[in-house]
Amino acid sequence: MVGNGILKGLTETARNFLGSYVKKDRLTTVQYPEERLPQIENTRDFPFLIYDGPDWHAGMRCVACQICEKECPPKCIFIDKSKDKKPDAVGKPQAYPAVFNIDISVCMSCQICVEVCPFDAIKMDVVYDLPTDDRFGGLLLDKKKLAKSNEYYHQIHPTEAAAVDGALAEERAKADAKVKAAAEAKAAAPATPPPAAPKPAAPAQPVGGDPQ
Amino acid sequence: MSAYPSPTSLLEPTAVAQEQLLEISMGPQHPSTHGVFRMNVILDGERVVKLKPVFGYLHRNHEKIAENETYLGSMPYTDRLDYLCSITNNWAYAIAVEKLAGIQVPERAEYLRVITGELTRLQNHASLLGFLLQDMGSSGTPLMYAFREREKILDLFEALTGARMMCNYMRFGGCRVDMPAGWLDQARQVVADFPKFLDEYEKLLVGNEILMERTQGVGVLSKELAINAGMSGPMARASGVSYDIRKVDKYSIYERFAFRVPLGSHGDVYDRYMMRFLEMRESLKILNEAMRDIPGGPIVDPKTKVRNFRPKPGEAYGRIESPKGELGFYLISDGGSNPYRYRVRPPSLINLTVLEDLCLGQNVADVVAILGSVDIVLGEVDR
Repeated sequence: MVGNGILKGLTETARNFLGSYVKKDRLTTVQYPEERLPQIENTRDFPFLIYDGPDWHAGMRCVACQICEKECPPKCIFIDKSKDKKPDAVGKPQAYPAVFNIDISVCMSCQICVEVCPFDAIKMDVVYDLPTDDRFGGLLLDKKKLAKSNEYYHQIHPTEAAAVDGALAEERAKADAKVKAAAEAKAAAPATPPPAAPKPAAPAQPVGGDPQ
Repeated sequence: MSAYPSPTSLLEPTAVAQEQLLEISMGPQHPSTHGVFRMNVILDGERVVKLKPVFGYLHRNHEKIAENETYLGSMPYTDRLDYLCSITNNWAYAIAVEKLAGIQVPERAEYLRVITGELTRLQNHASLLGFLLQDMGSSGTPLMYAFREREKILDLFEALTGARMMCNYMRFGGCRVDMPAGWLDQARQVVADFPKFLDEYEKLLVGNEILMERTQGVGVLSKELAINAGMSGPMARASGVSYDIRKVDKYSIYERFAFRVPLGSHGDVYDRYMMRFLEMRESLKILNEAMRDIPGGPIVDPKTKVRNFRPKPGEAYGRIESPKGELGFYLISDGGSNPYRYRVRPPSLINLTVLEDLCLGQNVADVVAILGSVDIVLGEVDR
């Protein structure tokens, strides 16, 4: 009978329509600003810089090696290396970025900067409310705006952050053991003055590859 | 006579005007053109007598950019070719580079690639069917049903890769990240629910008399033309050309899975429409097997460097069966850190070349349905 197919199709529509009153999987609409879906853990959008400790400037992990600047496909990162050095989170003097800008109007969230960073200093953020009426200045994030604490990183990507911290701690322990062994070797040798007070902890050494 | 001649008298009388033909410009901002695509259609009444596709509005210089970019740096740009199927684009590019540099891919990574690739095929075909029905005037409903399912797959992609559409997932010699905890179960659930959606979706419109009237015998692509014009993918298979690169090349690990290649017999819009349903069912078979058999192990070849990647001089062509057809990347290396030549063989563009042959003699309203059934994405056509 002509019209059979149409009727069959309409029953499907009716089932979806009526089902939307009783079944969650038929009504998937979310009333966005009032109601939000939970964030998926691996979500990424724009990069940010991690710092350890309370002071963002002192604790910044970035040592301005400029690898991310070189590897960034759309070239949206701009880094100026500092002339002087400052102690990093564990006290070792390191260069730091005098200027670190990311133009997020150019950034395409590919996270290659995260992959190539040997210091785990740059990670992907999840903040998406970044509209601004200043097209140039408002979308050019400087290092102050980019700096976010390690606690924040743990909050947004708990699994990944735990893995990164684990790898960093392991590296640190290795470096510590090395320093200790060297100190012991020195102490064992006679007629040498006792070694200077060992550093509180060795600095974060490059972690092989991407900890993910 | 007034001092100013009327504007119409300034126009030269063209051959078209003399024959009482009408030239219309469909697009580039027409909603049915799937992006910025224009067709200059010459009509005799309602019938199409000539059709000239005009594209390039979305040209982004992809190939030249890639030649000035490191090998890895081009990977996120391949996402933006066919922006509905970023993972298969990554895959084709990764295969080309792996051939160029002679990289082996670990077992688990191959399974991950097959799983994500077939999920991509599912969501591409589902959204294509929605778009096609939307173009033909079934406004909203089928598209929304298809997008509801697509959303679940995009959620899986987001949980795995961090992005819904621009996944940037493959790396040379494997994949970027392993599955997070619970992902495989979630994916199994989505795949288990998918046949129900397919059944519903088939019932919704496959037997619909209006749809059959509008699509059967419309836009017929003969087998000979399909072969001669270099068609690939569902477009060629709907015309009865048994050509699926998953079967022909047996790339990756596709020889391990039992799946069939559906073939059409008429080559009209309806066959192309049905082809997508059948392919989705075959993809589900592959997915079920792959998710059952996935082994443990590393997900990326440990010898491949992320930085300072310089393959030996040489050339390679890597191709896969993307949801739209044969997607190939041709690379020439001169030993530097960026390719000397980088060329994409986009299935959308090549499948579009027969558009005029399909549309000649059809009504102008059918042009929309025919274009929809070709399955183009302008990011890939224009590059």
